[in-house]
This record gives sequence, structure tokens and C-alpha cells, in this order.
Amino acid sequence: MNKICQILLRPSLANNLATTMRTMPALVASPRWYSADAAAPPAAVDKETLDKLVRTNKVVVFMKGNPQAPRCGFSNAVVQIMRMHGVQYDAHDVLQNEALRQGIKEYTDWPTIPQVFINGEFVGGCDIMMQMHQSGDLIEELKKVGITSELLKAEEAKEATKK
Amino acid sequence: MSQSQEPQYPPIETAMRKALTEQLKPIFLDVSNESPMHNTPKQAESHFRVLIVSEKFNDLTLIKRHRLVNDTIKTALKEAGFEFMHALSIEAKTPKQWEPEQEPEKSPPCLGGFGK
Repeated sequence: MNKICQILLRPSLANNLATTMRTMPALVASPRWYSADAAAPPAAVDKETLDKLVRTNKVVVFMKGNPQAPRCGFSNAVVQIMRMHGVQYDAHDVLQNEALRQGIKEYTDWPTIPQVFINGEFVGGCDIMMQMHQSGDLIEELKKVGITSELLKAEEAKEATKK
Repeated sequence: MSQSQEPQYPPIETAMRKALTEQLKPIFLDVSNESPMHNTPKQAESHFRVLIVSEKFNDLTLIKRHRLVNDTIKTALKEAGFEFMHALSIEAKTPKQWEPEQEPEKSPPCLGGFGK
């Protein structure tokens, strides 16, 4: 288990993750990621474009690097949280597109990257995702948009075997 | 206490501490400059972590607390002639959510994207 995961884990969730790892070696999360527009980045990314971009999937992440190779510890933490919950999401690499990097900051009036959207709503950055993960609120937020967290599934499977 | 006995912070940190203290009236404030963890020049003030405990957060959602901290710092830095820092990690708690012996969270390790 890498260091980030250890940081992320709290005792209440550690068991869940261990179970997840054992019972589901191949997690279903397969983020789609986009950085192909780097070749010809537009001068500016307008609000209409971003309105559409944040809704291309139930969960959309603007980050540095891509999910396979995050280029920032905070972006990596978000990727690890999504992986633990088995969330499929769209990821946009802002390092490939300066206009997108500036555009998204202005769009949310939020000064830092990463930025996470659920159902088109801006939810927060790394700290907020981390705290929602730890408090269990993330499971609830995902449930609201029809995503069942792998951590919840693992927990329910464990409960079922107890009975 | 005379001026010389007070801890001396570099300019951005000084502006941050002043604004947060004056405007959010925290019962606890911890500001750490984590720039040395990253690929930065000496005395850089690019990466910060803030643990702040204030009554002002009592009825605010997490995102609103973070916005309040971000905006307080953004305004103060603008007035002092600085850009917003590259990275700011925030833990914003209410007095009820905080125990004095509580340590701030640790930041994840840098993956080398800074400056890119």
C-alpha cells in the first residue's frame, strides 16, 4: 500500500479497504482522461464550455497529470480516493492546457487544483475530498448520484457474511 | 511584548496570519510553510497548510469554510501586493470539532509538478 493510502486511511475505513483489496483485486474504476487538446490549446475556455465539461460524467476531476501519472501530491490523493471508492470519472489534465487551468479556477472561484465535480456541482479540492472520505460523507454524496461506493459494497458484504 | 520577541515570519505568511487572526478570530491557528517539501527556491512561500479553529465556521458547510479562508487570504495578499500561493491546504474546524492535542493533517508528498 502506498504512502498516500496510509495517510488517507482512518481506522474506521482501514478495514473496509483491506476487505476491498482482498475481495476485489481488480477494481472497476477506469477513469477516462483527456489531455489530447494540448496540441492546440484555445486562448480561453469559456463558461459554456466548462458547463458542459463538468457534466460529461457523474464525477469529473480537474487535476495535474492524469490518473495513471499524477503530477502533484494533492491530485494524487484525489485519484487514490476515487480508486478506493471504485468511482469511474473523467479527468482533465490542466498542465496540458493553461487556458483550462485558468478557466476552471475562475469558473469555480477556487484558487487551487485539483477540483472535483459531482453531477456538475463543484464539491471541493483535495482537503474537502479527504475529509468527506474520512467522515463517510463521500459515500452518501456518491449514492445521491447513483454511484455505489466499493467501500460501501465491501462493508455490506462483510455484514452479510456475519449474519 | 516588544516587537523583537515576537516570532518573525516571511511576508506572505505574515499577511496570512494577520488576516486570518483579525477576521476569523480563531481560537487556534497553525500555519505551516511547506514550500521546502517541494521543488522550490530557499525562502519560498509557495505551499502552505493552515489548521484553523473558529466559531465563525459553526453554521458553514465545509466548502463555505474553505471559501471563507481562501477569500480572506486572497484579499489580504492582494492588498499586500502578492499573488495567491501555489498551494494552500486547509483544515477548518469549529471549536466543537477540535481537541487541543490534535495534530494537523500531513500533506501528501510532492510529485514534482510544481513550476510546470
